[in-house]
Amino acid sequence: MSEHIVTAFTDELEHLSANLLRMGGLAEAMINDSSRAVVTFDLELARQVIKRDEAIDELEAEAEKAIIRLIALRHPMAADLRAVLGAMKLAGDIERIGDLCKNIAKRCLELTGEENRAAVKSIERMSRSVSYQLQKALDAYLRQDVNAAIEVLELDDDIDDHYVSFFRETLTYMMEDPRQIGSNTHLMFMAKNLERIGDHATNIAKAVYYMVTGETATGDHIEARIKKEGSGR
Amino acid sequence: MDGNVEDFTETARSKQAQNMPEMTKVECRNIDVFYGEKQAIFDISLDIPDRAVTAFIGPSGCGKSTFLRCINRMNDTIESARVTGQIFMDGADINDHSIDPVLLRSRVGMVFQKPNPFPKSIYDNIAYGPRIHGLASGKQELDEVVESALRKAGLWEEVKDRLLAPGTGLSGGQQQRLCIARAIAVSPEVILMDEPCSALDPIATARIEELIDELRERYCIVIVTHSMQQAARVSQKTAFFHLGKLVEYGDTERIFTNPEDSRTQDYITGRFG
Repeated sequence: MSEHIVTAFTDELEHLSANLLRMGGLAEAMINDSSRAVVTFDLELARQVIKRDEAIDELEAEAEKAIIRLIALRHPMAADLRAVLGAMKLAGDIERIGDLCKNIAKRCLELTGEENRAAVKSIERMSRSVSYQLQKALDAYLRQDVNAAIEVLELDDDIDDHYVSFFRETLTYMMEDPRQIGSNTHLMFMAKNLERIGDHATNIAKAVYYMVTGETATGDHIEARIKKEGSGR
Repeated sequence: MDGNVEDFTETARSKQAQNMPEMTKVECRNIDVFYGEKQAIFDISLDIPDRAVTAFIGPSGCGKSTFLRCINRMNDTIESARVTGQIFMDGADINDHSIDPVLLRSRVGMVFQKPNPFPKSIYDNIAYGPRIHGLASGKQELDEVVESALRKAGLWEEVKDRLLAPGTGLSGGQQQRLCIARAIAVSPEVILMDEPCSALDPIATARIEELIDELRERYCIVIVTHSMQQAARVSQKTAFFHLGKLVEYGDTERIFTNPEDSRTQDYITGRFG
């Protein structure tokens, strides 16, 4: 889209989106590092991840201020309005992702390092899919790409399935060895957190969908769009 | 209890409003306007709904005022202007030979950018139209017409004690409401407003906007405005004009959140067109 006549308006919108992408990048790294801390039982890394959440919170506060300023002073309309509203949602979702990663890292400090390897590997796999999902959602945001956003929405079912099977798997380990109940419960919560992060990534994709199309990302709209695009996708 | 009953009727009313089909008051078909050799309006067709506010927006010189002036044949008064195409009001062609433009203008009132009260008393400003159109018989009836018009324009309380003072002595916002009262006094069906708030401060503007919102229950209102925020605040339909053409016309909410045409998008978001 072309530039605003008032260049400061364009600058502020660009600054906001750069800020969100930075937040998103930090969150993505927190997902990867928190799971790496679990897999390698690296408590130092876990402590670092906990600390990093502050940076995301600060960026969120900054984004919120910028959004209020834009609404109050620039009166954004049409695509600009949608961009600002979308940014508000993104900031909230990314901030929550940071919190959930921090929680994973905190739980890592409670582990013994002698957890069932298969369960730990499952966490790693799940974390990888979730991190990929977030990366794709942020990429869809950066490129304002509605098709990429739809792909992210489709990824979420896999993660939900993954979580359900992990839940069953962990229950089996607990029954086999009751001494593992404590640490396996932590692993179960980590999986739950990862599943929630997947939901936030989905929300981001929905926000991108709205920003680009002006329509709410509901099943009907998405299907209609996919049909309309046909083989273009 | 009361609250519930009220809620109920409120819901019933809004349901009714939703089910009611939108009635077209003014139907414009293939309008072209020329000033001498220069064409100002290109083939515009547009249906204006009754009991709603329709806003015309667009950059200066896009033809929105020219188009507005077709609706009460104000362009007739300009020597070089030529209008082709048809405009129907309640199904009747307003450019038909049998239509008297003066009578038409009593059915289609107009409010201008700058408040232009007559250099007469507040009372006479309002009474002038009803008098020449013979809308009131006798002093008492005329008094009633004047009071009712001033009340509808939200000006009665402020001027009731000085009806014989000159209209030009009022503040800008009051003058504009006086002009709206003057337009209302001849019981029009359509009210055209050409940037009615551009000379007013924000408080006076808010009063006029509140008035427009009340008036739309009774009239078909068309407003030309340079303020997109104003169009967004007061109108239900918005038409975007550019270079003499109608680019996009639709529900105001959609135009301001999700316009279809990239030119509309560029204009309302303040980008280069």
